[in-house]
Parts: sequence; C-alpha cells; structure tokens
Amino acid sequence: MDIEKEDLLRLYYFLKLTRSLEDRITAMYRQGRILGGVWTSNGMEAISVGYACALNKNDIIAPYFRDMGAFLVKGITPRRIMAQYLGKKTGVTGGKEGNVHVGDINLGVLGYPSHLADNYPVAVGVALSFKIRGEQRVVAACTGDGGTSRGDFHEALNMASVWKVPVVFFCNNNQYAYSTPVKLQMAIKNVAERALAYAIPSEIVDGNDVVAVYQAARNAYERARLGEGPSFIECKTMRMHGHSEHDAAKYVPRELIDEWKKKDPVINMESHLISNNIAKEEKLKEIGEQVVKEIEDAVEFAEQSPLPEGKEAIEGVYATPV
Amino acid sequence: MEITYLDAIKQALDEEMTRDRNVFLMGEDIGYYGGAFRATEGLYEKYGQWRVIDTPLSESGFTGAAIGAALMGMRPVVEMQFADFISCAFDQIVSVAAKNFYRWGGKTPIVIRAPFGGNIHGAAYHSQCPEGWFFNVPGLKIVAPSNPYDAKGLLKASIRDDDPVIYFEHKYLYRRIKDTIPEDDYIVPIGKSKVIKEGEDISIITYSAMVHIAIEAAHILEDEGISLEIIDLRTLLPVDKKGIYESVKKTSKVIILYEAPRTGGVGAEVAALISEEVFEYLDAPVVRISAPDTPVPYSPPLEEFYIPKVDDIVKAARRLAAY
Repeated sequence: MDIEKEDLLRLYYFLKLTRSLEDRITAMYRQGRILGGVWTSNGMEAISVGYACALNKNDIIAPYFRDMGAFLVKGITPRRIMAQYLGKKTGVTGGKEGNVHVGDINLGVLGYPSHLADNYPVAVGVALSFKIRGEQRVVAACTGDGGTSRGDFHEALNMASVWKVPVVFFCNNNQYAYSTPVKLQMAIKNVAERALAYAIPSEIVDGNDVVAVYQAARNAYERARLGEGPSFIECKTMRMHGHSEHDAAKYVPRELIDEWKKKDPVINMESHLISNNIAKEEKLKEIGEQVVKEIEDAVEFAEQSPLPEGKEAIEGVYATPV
Repeated sequence: MEITYLDAIKQALDEEMTRDRNVFLMGEDIGYYGGAFRATEGLYEKYGQWRVIDTPLSESGFTGAAIGAALMGMRPVVEMQFADFISCAFDQIVSVAAKNFYRWGGKTPIVIRAPFGGNIHGAAYHSQCPEGWFFNVPGLKIVAPSNPYDAKGLLKASIRDDDPVIYFEHKYLYRRIKDTIPEDDYIVPIGKSKVIKEGEDISIITYSAMVHIAIEAAHILEDEGISLEIIDLRTLLPVDKKGIYESVKKTSKVIILYEAPRTGGVGAEVAALISEEVFEYLDAPVVRISAPDTPVPYSPPLEEFYIPKVDDIVKAARRLAAY
C-alpha cells in the first residue's frame, strides 16, 4: 500500500506533537504545576497516532490512557488538553475530569474510563449502531496488555465476532501493566493469540513503527467497512517511563529500556523520512518548531484560563435534570 | 380492555419501537424465544433480528454495547433476564453509563429492564431487590412501577429520557395485576410519586409489589378506624422529596415499606430525609418494614418469613396509631 507524502508528514507531525506535549506535561508535573497523576505514551506514540491517522473524520475512537496521539489526531487541541491537566474551565471536560480522561462526542472521541477494557464493549455497541443504521463507519478501540485479562475484553471480542460489526481492536502491548510483566498476565506468548478463540483475524505489528501501525489499521478498517467484521491488532512496544510519573519502575530491567531506546518511534520516523527522500532535515526542523510554538501557546492559554467555580461541581449530573 | 402488568411493558416496548427507529432491544433469549418472561414476545418477528438482538451470555458486554450505541444516538433497552444478574454489569452501569455525562458530556440514554423481587420461590439468585446497590450512584435514574398504567408510562418515559435508567419490574406482578389503561400515548414522568390512597393517620411510603400489600393492610385497618395514606414512590432515584414531605406533614406518622434488605437502601434514605426536613411534623418515630439483612431464602416458610406481609403492616400501624 502506498502512502502519500502528505500522510507521512502528517504522521510525523502528530508523533512530534504528542512527544513534545507529553514531555512538557511531564516537566510541568515535576515542577509541581500539575495536580494528580501523569501517565504518558512516551515511546509508544506511534500506536495511537498510527491508528487514529488511518481513520476517516466521522469514525469513532474508544481510546485508552496512553492514546494522547489519537486525541490530538481527532482534533482535541493542545490548548484544551493543557487546560484539562490544570483543571481549568477551558479544558476538554471543564474541570470535571483530569489529565487523559477526556472525551468529546462531536470529535468522535469517547470518554476513557479508568477501568481498562471497559471501552471495548462500548466500542462494540458503537459498531453495532453503524451496522443497524447501515453506515460505512468504523470504531477503533484500544487497551493495554493488562486490559486484555479483563472479562469485558473477552465479552467484547466475542460479541463483535458473533455480530460481525465494524470495530478494530488495538492492544498497546508495552510489556508491563503497572509493575506486572506480561508473563504474569497471561500464559500465551502473544496477546494476539487471544483473538483466535473468537475467530477474529489478528496481526502483530511493530508498535514503534508508525507506518506499520497505520498500514495495518487501514487494512483492518477497510475489512470492517466491507462488512467483514472485527480485527485485532497487537502493537508491540515498550513503556519507557514508569506506570505514571511518580513510579521509578525499578522492576523493569535496565537493559530492556536501553534496547528499546534504540527503537524510538519519533527517531525511527525521522530516519524513514530522510532516508527515503520524503523530507529534508529542514522540513522536520520546521515541523518541530511549529510544534514548540503550539505547545507554548497551549501552556499560556491554559495558565491564563479561569478555574471552574466550586458550585459547578453539582451541575451536569443528569442530561435531563428532574 | 384490561391488560396485565407484563402486557403493559410489552406494549410500551412495541409502541416506542414503532415511534422511534432508534429504539432497539438487547438481551438473553429475548429474540426468537420472546424472553424468559415473554416480555418481548412477537417483537423479533415484527422488527427483525437487528432490533431485537439475542446476545451472548454477557451482561457486562451487552450493557457496554448498549452504552456505545446510545452514545451514537440510539435508544437501546437491555433486558437483564433476572435483576440478580445485573451484578455482572455493575461496572458498566456505575463506572461508564452513570458518569459519562458528568465526566465528559456523553449522553447515554439506555434503559435497563431488571425483573426483580421475590415470592416466586426463586431463592438467592432469582428473587433479589438490588435497587439499593444503585441507589448511591449519581447519574442514574431508578424507577419501579407497581401497576400496568405506571409500568407502561414509566417505561416510555425511561426510553425517551436522555439519562441511563434502571427499570425495576416486579416478577410477582407480571400476570397478577391487571388494569384498564388508556389506548392513547402517554408517559408517567420520572421523579413523581403518586398518592395511591388518601388517608389521615399514617403515611405508608412504598413502591412496586409492596404497594399491593399496603392496600390490603389499609382495608383491614380502615375497619379499625385507622386511616392509611399510601404513597407509591414510582421513581426511586431521584426520589420525590416533595411528595414524601407533603404526606408526612399531613399524617405525622410514617411507615416505610420495601422488599429489599433493611440496611442502607431506599428505606434508610427516606427516613433520613424525613428527619432532616420535616422532623417537627412527626408525632412518632419513623418505622421501617423491610426484608431482613439476609440473602433471599428458598423454602416456603423461610421465604414467607423473609418478605414483608400484610400482618407486619397492620401490627406496625396499630402501634403507631396508639403512640
């Protein structure tokens, strides 16, 4: 499958934006400017950038918490994300939720519940509505390796396959669920083997190769749009930080981190673009500068934005108040 | 024409599916088979397999799927085969459905039909009244009709509501309670209680199947010169505070009657509301009549002991009248 130059540059732009935005959030967390926790997709950006860039505008994502790239691709701006982290009224959820717990139905981003894999059955229902209404849309759902041990994961795969609905399941296999390595999570070697039991075709891709993720996603979406049912894509990667920024992750062998440092998805993509003559270094530098500007603007916007008023806490419990 | 409580539910589903093509049903054995209690009989033939969907045995899964469809503008109604099995879907209901709107503005208009209650020799897993489990969850609405008119009107209101609603329908009432109801389209608004019988001396605040034993008790007590006022809550969450306070102000004595275990549920909350807001109108302590804090037992004498009876009300009312 050929990918247009502009699509490749779009992938690179979102990789760079995701990396830089989360780096900035991490730095602000260390300065004590962000309350609560910070969970990033550092080193794993290619997965959510890849699967989201391959979607059409009116498709839906049911993300998980290391999917910052997908939020950005779907159109949630760095301004709104930064304001979200600072608990501001201008944040994605107006201060009702924090950090990566965003959702915006108008942009096709379903809210992420902390309970991993909860969004898998929800995604099946989204796909079911497309099937009932005869719409050519798809939904991308993502969870981590740990999330695949939950019952909702299995119920979702089973229903999706029985009903043959247009959903594509992604797994960010970053080898650790908090401190628990995959070998204590499951007795199988690859998460993708779980899909076999549900007669769902699966693929294992290099989760640090944004082009590979993008291509696998696009093929799976195509199948789904043709009415051929769900697919499962395991993206193998490595979590380069702790579970969250407070976690030093001493349980992860140093060598593993060193090994995966060489496979950095952003640097990967830069080499790919330059060695294939898709872009020159100046172009990448220009994108990098643009990203920095956007992030500075987002920080300024967020810091100057008002906090919600305390009494707003009791508003918006019901869509139809009684 | 006189119809049963169960017919009223079926009519509401049928009419809403005709009125709005976004309304569809999901659940175990509800399609071809017509449902364990026949609540969806004939609908599969009428609306087809993609509007009356037989699901795998996955309460959490299909509740989650209903949430996803609702977020896309559909109006799914899911059936728990027995309310007891709603525990498998607990996480999707309280973590996802109930919080979607508050957390991120995601409107989630799902209805969960939950056949509940005892007196059917169903024991611990086919008789429970689990409304208390959800009573503490902001974002949910909970209704529990006691008669065919309310069963139909509340189900229609629940389907048209933009929030997640748990609709507790009582299995004991399905075929026992009949009434003539209007043929024209109507709803019973969520959040409004109803005075089933006006009275002077004691308010009985109750809902669902217990309404009927309250009525029986009221007849007995009438002969003794004790006048009961019966308030059918109809909606449990959010509870109709105004309706409760008005009755308490009138009678000054209260019995809260419910079939669920005694502790920490609707009874406790109604008692707390009364003591906070209308304490000075009370002439006697608030009395709760409920099931005991045990699982629902099987053997007839055990189950009979477990479920509140007419006699319990009569005795409590006599004590209160003399207080």
